[in-house]
Amino acid sequence: MEMMKKPQIKSMKYEDFKDNETLEKMAAELRAGGTNVVVGCLDEMIEWGRSNSLWPLTFATSCCGIEFMAVGAARYDFARFGFEVTRASPRQADIIMVAGTITHKMAPVLRRLYDQMADPKYVVAVGGCAVSGGPFRKSYHVVQGVDTILPVDVYIPGCPPRPEALLYGMMQLQRKVKVERFLGGVNRKEPKPDYLKEK
Amino acid sequence: MISNEIIAIPVAEYHDRMQQLRNEGYDFLESLTGMDWGDSLGVVCHLESTTTGAHIVVKTATEDREHPELPTVSDIWKAAELNEREVYGFFGVRFVGHPDMRRLFLREDWVGYPLRKDYDASPEVNPVRMTNEETLDSTPTYQLNADGKLEEKVNVIFEDGEYVINIGPQHPATHGVLRFRVSLEGEIIKKLDVNCGYIHRGIEKMCESLTYPQTLALTDRLDYLAAMHNRHALCMCIEQAAGIEVSDRVQYIRTIMDELQRIDSHLLFFSCLCMDLGALTAFFYGFRDREKILDIFEGTCGGRLILNYNTIGGVQADIAPDFVRKVKEFIAYLRPQLKEYHDVFTNNVIARQRLTGVGVLSREDAISFGATGATGRAAGWACDVRKRMPYGVYDRVDFREVLFTEGDCFARYMVRMEEIEESMRIIEQLIDNIPEGPYQTKTKPVIRIPEGSYYAAVEASRGEFGVFIESRGDKSPYRMKFRSTGLPLVSAIGTIARGAKIADLIAIGGTLDYVVPDIDR
Ligand code: SF4
Repeated sequence: MEMMKKPQIKSMKYEDFKDNETLEKMAAELRAGGTNVVVGCLDEMIEWGRSNSLWPLTFATSCCGIEFMAVGAARYDFARFGFEVTRASPRQADIIMVAGTITHKMAPVLRRLYDQMADPKYVVAVGGCAVSGGPFRKSYHVVQGVDTILPVDVYIPGCPPRPEALLYGMMQLQRKVKVERFLGGVNRKEPKPDYLKEK
Repeated sequence: MISNEIIAIPVAEYHDRMQQLRNEGYDFLESLTGMDWGDSLGVVCHLESTTTGAHIVVKTATEDREHPELPTVSDIWKAAELNEREVYGFFGVRFVGHPDMRRLFLREDWVGYPLRKDYDASPEVNPVRMTNEETLDSTPTYQLNADGKLEEKVNVIFEDGEYVINIGPQHPATHGVLRFRVSLEGEIIKKLDVNCGYIHRGIEKMCESLTYPQTLALTDRLDYLAAMHNRHALCMCIEQAAGIEVSDRVQYIRTIMDELQRIDSHLLFFSCLCMDLGALTAFFYGFRDREKILDIFEGTCGGRLILNYNTIGGVQADIAPDFVRKVKEFIAYLRPQLKEYHDVFTNNVIARQRLTGVGVLSREDAISFGATGATGRAAGWACDVRKRMPYGVYDRVDFREVLFTEGDCFARYMVRMEEIEESMRIIEQLIDNIPEGPYQTKTKPVIRIPEGSYYAAVEASRGEFGVFIESRGDKSPYRMKFRSTGLPLVSAIGTIARGAKIADLIAIGGTLDYVVPDIDR
């Protein structure tokens, strides 16, 4: 497989992607564009609160899950960033971190978990397996990336991703949440993927 | 080392001969491997006698590929129960007399038998099915009736009136994606049905199309808390088969790494067990100390969890310059910490009450299920591979095999805690004496293994981890099977949990300490 050294990101320079300041600025610009003052301020506050209290679902299928646990433990401590507690019930969770390989047998279960979560909900694909099938891409029983069954918000590559990478990925998600508008209006509407349409 | 000679038994005599071997003292079914030899399908069984330590390998095969049938040995060794279901799921061999012929890992509507050589792997045949799988309360079973004909019967697992609750696959206390169905009477568990396969990644089939050095990458991901051990076993098996010598330095490094990994795994076990039983503080303690080992690993291997360290003929890189110092510091640090663990958790009244006398597994059952590792040793079965078939430099160090006789949750817990201390002792004996030498033997760029079959085992974090390779002289294996350390543990859980309270299932699962990707492979 050909390695992509510098991935192409539409509407953004590669260097900018690694630069936190640019990202923050971009988020601010996106927010400012055409906002109603009163609603906009309220919106900003809501999103600030929401982005800092994203609670993940306790979900892990394999190796990446151990790193996910490590991020939750004392040394990396994701509670610092507002991922305070993991929830064992999908009804109470905001994000699902798909940590680990998803197999054919697991796919409908994962989908059901996602469907059980309350909106607004986010999906983070953690590790090569969740991103694309990873080392098991050629296997007969592994799903080739969770984005074939769920809409993914953030991809965190690695096998397993380092805890720092996990934190970075989750902070990217926070930014994503910050530019959302809770009280009506969306910056850019993504078409609903086929697999989520009602049958 | 186990002899690699295989005794072939015709199908008609198979069951009687196996019974005879059992009577001769071969009470431990080490592994049962399904095979597709092209013209025939069959099984290879590795047997061991726990009294004499003798090994024997037998095989049997049937030429009928349309309706392959073999007699079951699940009435002789309980370990065969889940293993034969695995073989049925992968090869389509039906075991006559087996009480439960469902597929173990794959969905019931899976098309074809993936480990057969003529399996069609195209995604059109088996697309990702998003429909929820139907859970059946009964299973087919095949029995011979009086006039020697095969008859399909229905074996009911759960009656209509039973109160069955479902635990998993998404449940924080199952340690991954394992699924139980439990039938309850009040709070008491009457019956337990295990449903595996939610993380079956098809590693064994993938290995058949990889070259030997490539297969190494996948073993770390089987049981990621025994990454070093798994890869050690595979490297050892290939080295023995190909006749590659490794230097003393490598043996020392591998042994030290294995023991560090064992401590790492047992610390994680401690953390998770405490968390499951409600002691969250202890979880943070365990993880804090575990990070120190991960730092040591990172310094030498570059990875924290998936280490990719052992290679065929050596190790990936020499140990880091500060490795010795860091390991010594770590041991000096961990000793007092262990005492604190015992203070906060082991001697806690609640912990004692939830563990002592709960989930007893007898020695006979442990052997019959093949439940090695801390589970077997807690029941009084001296099953440590490091003592039974020494590898690495274990024959040169002095350590105690921790044995208990109670077989309950507390004994399993204590075995692991004391093993941490033994591991530290082993490391201390070795760390100052690592001999000079190359860390990698020169190997040919393409490694081929002479025709034949090979088995090697190591003591992984939770029991005997074995690698069975059948080679046809190619650069990739004809069949590669990993003896899972976790599969015997989950097969025993039905026996252990019967009669216990539903809340005890958490303590039982926690102390068995299985890792699900290792069960499902
Ligand atoms: S990406 Fe790597 S570490 Fe993560 S689940 Fe897959 S194999 Fe395991």
